[in-house]
Order: sequence, then structure tokens, then C-alpha cells
Amino acid sequence: MRRFGSPSGRRLVAGIPLAWLAVLFLVPFLIVLKISFSEMRLAVPPYAPLFASHHGVPVPELHLSNYAFLVSDPLYASAFLYSLKVAAVSTAVCLLLGYPMAYAIARSRPSRRTVLLMLVMLPFWTSFLLRVYAWIGLLQNDGIINNVLLYLGLIHRPLVMLQTDFSVYIGIVYSYLPFMVLPLYANLEKHDPALLEAAADLGARPFARFLRITLPQSVHGIAAGSLLVFIPAIGEYVIPSLLGRTDQLMIGRVLSDEFFENRDWPLASAVAIVMLLLLVVPITLLQRSERRELEARR
Amino acid sequence: MRSPGYFSRAMLGVGLVFLYVPILSLVVFSFNNSRLVTVWDAAHSPTLKWYAALLANGEILDAAWLSIRIALAAATAAGVLGTLAGVALARHGPFRGRTLLAGMTTAPIVMPEVITGLALLLLFVAMEQAIGWPRGTGAVTITLAHTTFCMAYVTVVVQSRLAGFDESLEEAAMDLGAAPATVFRRITLPLIAPAIVSGWLLAFTLSWDDLVTSQFVAGPGSSTLPMVIFSKVRLGVSPDVNALATLMVLAVAIGISAAALLLRYRERRRQRDMQLAAAGSS
Repeated sequence: MRRFGSPSGRRLVAGIPLAWLAVLFLVPFLIVLKISFSEMRLAVPPYAPLFASHHGVPVPELHLSNYAFLVSDPLYASAFLYSLKVAAVSTAVCLLLGYPMAYAIARSRPSRRTVLLMLVMLPFWTSFLLRVYAWIGLLQNDGIINNVLLYLGLIHRPLVMLQTDFSVYIGIVYSYLPFMVLPLYANLEKHDPALLEAAADLGARPFARFLRITLPQSVHGIAAGSLLVFIPAIGEYVIPSLLGRTDQLMIGRVLSDEFFENRDWPLASAVAIVMLLLLVVPITLLQRSERRELEARR
Repeated sequence: MRSPGYFSRAMLGVGLVFLYVPILSLVVFSFNNSRLVTVWDAAHSPTLKWYAALLANGEILDAAWLSIRIALAAATAAGVLGTLAGVALARHGPFRGRTLLAGMTTAPIVMPEVITGLALLLLFVAMEQAIGWPRGTGAVTITLAHTTFCMAYVTVVVQSRLAGFDESLEEAAMDLGAAPATVFRRITLPLIAPAIVSGWLLAFTLSWDDLVTSQFVAGPGSSTLPMVIFSKVRLGVSPDVNALATLMVLAVAIGISAAALLLRYRERRRQRDMQLAAAGSS
């Protein structure tokens, strides 16, 4: 294969973004890792230096105290487990709603597909924060949904929906639905309808056709969409802060509180490292599926 | 049932209603007279008083101006860096650091923002200690942080556009003796121009919209628009925020329609040119 560009020019094209990301993406994580082994100090910046000087020789000081504290205080384990639960439930609901949506778009007339896809993507272009904010007005006790239900006589006292698990699920499904629909659509659109017709001619019922033909072919789309929802949902901060419970925090909020409220930077760093370890497997899976997708297009 | 899909079409309808009802509710209640956002004051509505309140709110206007400047700078820097990375990944074959570059351009997209924000702030603090720059945190550090996560999106858009074209055009130009820079300017750049434009727009939107990363890396003196909105809505609903949301929805709608019209115009012109070329050659 011939490659265009002189060797030095090519090196520059790849080298500039590589250098930028090394300094502003890779190095910061190494610093987080380093500070997670440090101890909190009432100083500026509020952590102990990692190398103590013994007779002029720098000696590394690794403290595991932050990690020990994360294990000993049940608050952290409960926040991690709760985040996993919220992310898993929201991803499942997103899939159950997003799959039929993507299927309907992929099966509609080509002229209509573009419009429908645009309708799914359009909310993504308007402010995420304001779209989450809209749900406060809809879900609160004297909110729009309760007012409509009371007016219709369907309920006699307002439902408590805001600051519950329900409102967090709603917020996450609402915000991340396009991330589920788009990869599923990209997958479903490539299916060959002749397979379904053949199965129908052989007497397979609609549900059997879906289960044995469409579903197995769309596994990669399901995986990509689910990971795109699950991974950011784990660390979600804005949605639980505006819509969520006050008695049970998600891990993103815990990290932010340790940092801003308690000014305990080392502990916040340790929380970040544990979160990253949780996410390594899903992120690697996602990158593999994206690489496969790009290579398939060549 | 020979034509399946009633269920999926019904779900598509439900999904679209679900996506648009909240936005619609923001717009409708921005014209409500009552301070209680959820109670429609039929006697005195619609009114524009929350729009007037919004335009008189100096804090929001200052924050909006800061957010616009940051988004312009970050989207432009991310556009350049992301294009370079996208071209390198799609066209350079295997090179040293390719896996690292590929990994680092997709990771920021899914990385929880609290982690990115914390990591970047710790970097800026460490840099200030080591080399004395950046002095404190503020617009500069927010722009650097936004550029980093926005360039990932531009890279993905440019890379997937290039993956859709094979390299025969570039190879033909090189065989005819064009210098690498000329090949890039005359062949590659026109091919990926639409991707760069949509990548820039995406980057602008993401930067304009970002709350969490900004909160970490913003100093005490600099508040972006999402930061001001967040501190307002944490205390509950507020009608002037509805007015702001309506203006932003309007701006996006105008922008998207303009882009769609432009695309259709270019497509028509291309088809006409091709017909003319076909007529000329016969």
C-alpha cells in the first residue's frame, strides 16, 4: 500500500494530536493515580508530596490509606453498587425503547428515514442541562404530569416522582436514547429483507423470525448502543443532582463532593481510579466494536 | 400478520413524543405569566416578561458571552487537531503510536466527565507548580479542557468520512506528480470538508453545553452559561431559564434548517453539473 505524504510531514500530522493528547489526556491520569496514593494536607495544593527527601535522596511514599478508607466506609460501596444498578436498569429500558424505534426507522421508506433520524438526533443538539431541567417541571409534585392526571381524575393526590429512582431512570433514558438508536439503526439498516421473506415462506411466525433472524444479526448493534449508554451513565453527575434521591448518592456525585465540599483531593482521586477500573472492561469492548465497524466500511 | 412493524412503529411514535414533550413544555411555559412554572395563568398569558427579565440579567449575559468565546476557540482548535488525527488514523496505515492515538481519541467520548474534569484540574495545578503556567484557572484552562474532549468527536467524524472513500484519488494525484501538500489541499481536504464542518459544529455545541468539566477547571471568577444555569435550577424551576431554553431551541432549529437547505442546494447543483457533463460528452 502506498501512503501519501513525506515521512517528516506524516510524522507531524500524527505527532501533533498525539502530543496534545499525551499532555492533556494521558499525563492527567497518571497524576490522578499518583495523588490517589498521597495523603490530604491542609495546604495549597491540598495533598502531601509523593516523594519525601531523606538525606537528599527522594524516597517514594505510597499511602494506601485512601483505598483502605474506600473499603472500610460502606458509603462508597453502596454508591458504586447503586450507580451500577441505575446504569444497568437505564440501559435495559433504553434498549427496550430504542430497539423498536431503530427497527421502525430502518424499515421505513428511504425518503422518510432521513427525517426520522434527524428527529431522533435533534434533541441532542439542544442543551443537555436544559432538557434535564425540563423534567423537574414535568415530574414535581405540583408539576405538569400530576396536574394533568389530577385534572383527568385518574389520581386524587399527586404522585411522588421527583427525587426517586424513577426520575433518575427517566432522565438517563431520555438523555441517552439517541446513543442507543443510532448504532442500532446503522446495524439494522444493513439487514437483507430476503432472509425474513424466505423464513416467512417456510412458515416461520413473525416473532420466531425476529428471534431467530433479526436479533442474532443485530448483536453488535445492541452491544455498541448498550455500552454507549452504560458507560457514561455510571459516572453521571448532572441527572442525579437535579432529579435524583438525596438519601442515596451516585458515585459521580460522591467524587465531586469529596473534591468540592471536603476538599479531599487524594480521596477523590482514589474514587476516580476505582471508577476507571470498573470501566476498563466496557470501554475496551466498545473500542473493539468501533474498530470492527470502521474496518467493515473499508 | 404479513406486515410486521405495527408494534415498532407505535414505539417510534412513543419514543418521539417522549423526546419532544419536555422541550415543548419548556417553550410553552416560557410564555406563562405565573412564577409557578407549572401553573398556567390563563388570564395574563402569553407574556414576554421572562424574556425581558432574561435580557436584563447581566450575570447570564456575561456568562453567555464567555461561553461563546470559549466554544469558538475550543471548536476551532479541536477542528484542526481532530482533522490531523482523523487523517493520520484513516490514511497513514500502521505507524508507531497508532494504537495509542486511536485509544486516546475514543476514550474521552465515553469517559465520565467527573473523571476528565478532576484529571485536567490536577494537571493544571501540577503545571502551575512546575512551570508557572497556566496562572490560576479560568477561561484559558476551560478552553484547553474543552479542546481535548471535543477533538475526539472531530477525529471520529473525519476518520469515518475518510474510511468511506478509497485512496485511489490521492494515489492518482501522486502518480501524476502532485506534492503531498497539494494532494492534501486539492483532494483530501475537499473530500472531508463536510465532515470538518459537522465536526466543528458538534464541538461548538459540546463546548457550549459542557457543565461538569468546566466546573472542575474554572476558577472562582469565571462562570460559563451552563454553570450559571445549574446553580439557578438546583434551587428549583425558574421561568427565565425557560425563556433562555426557548431561545436556544430556536437558534438550533434555525441552524439545522439552514444546514439542511444548504445541503439540498449543493446536492441539486451537483446533479445539474453531472447532467451537463453527461450532455456535453455525448
